[in-house]
Amino acid sequence: MQVKINGRVEQLAPCTIETLVRQRGLKPEALVVEHNLKIIQQALWSGIALREGDTLELLSFVGGG
Amino acid sequence: MENDVLQLGNRRFTNRLFTGTGKFANNALIPQMLEGSGSQMITVALRRVDLAAQEENILNYIPKSVTLLPNTSGARTAQEAVRIARIAREAGCGEFIKIEVITDSKYLMPDNYETLKATELLAKEGFVVLPYVLPDLTLAKRLEDAGAAAVMPLGAPIGSNRGLETAALIALLIETRRVPVIVDAGIGRPSQAAAAMEMGADAVLVNTAIATAQDPVAMGRAFALAVQAGRMAYLAELAEQSSLARASSPLTGFLGGD
Amino acid sequence: MSFFNVIEQYKDFDFDGFFERVTAGEIESILAKKKLEPLDFLRLLSPRAASFLEPMARKAQQLTVQYFGRTIQLFIPLYISNYCGNQCAYCGFNRAHAIGRAKLSLEEIEAEAQAIRSTGMRHVLLLTGEAPEITPMAYIESGVRLLKQYFASVAIEMFPMEEEAYRRLKAAGVDGLTLYQETYDQKIYGEVHLAGPKRDYRFRLDAPERGARAGFRAINIGPLIGLGEKRREVFFAGLHARYLDDRYLATEVGLSLPRFNPAEGDFQPPCPATDREFVQYLLALRLFMPRAALTVSTRERAQFRDRLMALGVTRLSAGSCTGVGGYARPGLRNAPQFEIADTRSVAQVAQAVSAQGYQPIYKDWDHLA
Repeated sequence: MQVKINGRVEQLAPCTIETLVRQRGLKPEALVVEHNLKIIQQALWSGIALREGDTLELLSFVGGG
Repeated sequence: MENDVLQLGNRRFTNRLFTGTGKFANNALIPQMLEGSGSQMITVALRRVDLAAQEENILNYIPKSVTLLPNTSGARTAQEAVRIARIAREAGCGEFIKIEVITDSKYLMPDNYETLKATELLAKEGFVVLPYVLPDLTLAKRLEDAGAAAVMPLGAPIGSNRGLETAALIALLIETRRVPVIVDAGIGRPSQAAAAMEMGADAVLVNTAIATAQDPVAMGRAFALAVQAGRMAYLAELAEQSSLARASSPLTGFLGGD
Repeated sequence: MSFFNVIEQYKDFDFDGFFERVTAGEIESILAKKKLEPLDFLRLLSPRAASFLEPMARKAQQLTVQYFGRTIQLFIPLYISNYCGNQCAYCGFNRAHAIGRAKLSLEEIEAEAQAIRSTGMRHVLLLTGEAPEITPMAYIESGVRLLKQYFASVAIEMFPMEEEAYRRLKAAGVDGLTLYQETYDQKIYGEVHLAGPKRDYRFRLDAPERGARAGFRAINIGPLIGLGEKRREVFFAGLHARYLDDRYLATEVGLSLPRFNPAEGDFQPPCPATDREFVQYLLALRLFMPRAALTVSTRERAQFRDRLMALGVTRLSAGSCTGVGGYARPGLRNAPQFEIADTRSVAQVAQAVSAQGYQPIYKDWDHLA
């Protein structure tokens, strides 16, 4: 299935947000996940399966003025 | 001075130097800088994760006692700024938001029009909105009407270290303020921060000049002292030079004696 | 937020104690400041500052010339009705007074307009008592529309209205609102306004702000000097002006210090002000609000008014008649709202303005519809 992650369309095998985060080696505590324009609390990541055409934004806080 | 408190939203600040987390050579300097300067609010930005690289969590470097001021940098429209603000809040960053909408990538001037629109929307949603703007008096009034918690005029272009180039315009904002005026951007030296405070600014926000100093911790402290000195001078009411000439013939002589 | 909240902040303020502590050094440093804070202004109203009238006058003159040039704007009041449902202890139109009541017809208003226009005057201030059954909105609007054919500017001095009513009047052509609080002291306000809708202190207090919201170009406020403790009255009037000035950038805020003057009835003002005090208050207002228009009416004597031009005054009424219908038919003058002290004609006042080195302005602006 195709999912748009941070603006790029990627080919993924079926998975939940949690598995995706783990597979990519991202640190959960530093991560903000926006799924189809909705922020998903970390506790719910394992319950949300990604679907064809979904949009995912993986964000984190960085230095800025 | 102990009772001199700046209230924004439901937070009370006794230190009027606000700082930023951008451009530090090493993020480990951030907590030292915060400790040395006593700064009680610091900006952070929200970015897409770089999926190819491991990144540090900047929030780990900020003590819990310091108020986070996420900014909306990267936003080019009010809608984008609103979206970033909501994400930041959902992510547990609190109610504070610095609205920064920049459509001019050459000089990095804020887009006042989009910023006003974003302020209107976010204030209604209960955010403590701190809009970063070009110092425009009419706009400042509209921001106040829209519910901004403060107005943050730029002293000079972001990162330019050129100081208070807009001093005369900022003075108008200060003169008519209904909400605090926080000078943001362009302040390159502690003396310029002191000058802003002497003028009556309620606080200053300094990032680049501290982060890029040879010794950011010492520079943070220097800025804190300058801000305090400027504030103290403002409260002590600077004596101004009298420019009035002596009377040639009295204007009130017709009133007779007391 | 309302200006009332500002007044509330001074509820427990010890004015007398504050005045006692004012020093000459403080006054001197205030005179050197660019922008005065509320307590600076209050210090200039203090008895201590009374010995600084001359330097205050110098600075007032310099600021006024800087912002207004050497000009004095002239205007004339036009009373179209003296029916009134209020009982203000000090006012000639008090409903309890057995005076001849009159209301001008539109034809009569037009006759007044023609008579005034022939004097060269182009700014008119329209006045009426508060009697909605006799002088309803529709009547006032018709009067305004009629006057707009004769004058560049029509301002009103009438009972306080809702914002919507102000919007209607603005649409009819009104560009300015004059509304005096009479007294900022709520207790005294209740004592001198014995009956009628005017008893509502808050509704009157917030009316200038409603006018600013409705979009009037100029708002003119002030206390009636003589009713309440003078320094406090002037202080709150100044704060009121600054409150409006800070919030409504599109509005030109002006002040006036109408001073007590005998009208019909035998009301004796409890707190009359001397010329010297009056001048001190005027100067303090100018220093506190450098860009505000300051108006002095014909309540003041001719010679005194002439002197005030150099001290910061920017607007004078001239050729005034404070009775209904007095311009077209001077023989038929009704009882006045207050006695006029400067009885000179428009031309004579204009001459006096020129003699003081100022240019009389009959028309400051025109509204392009």
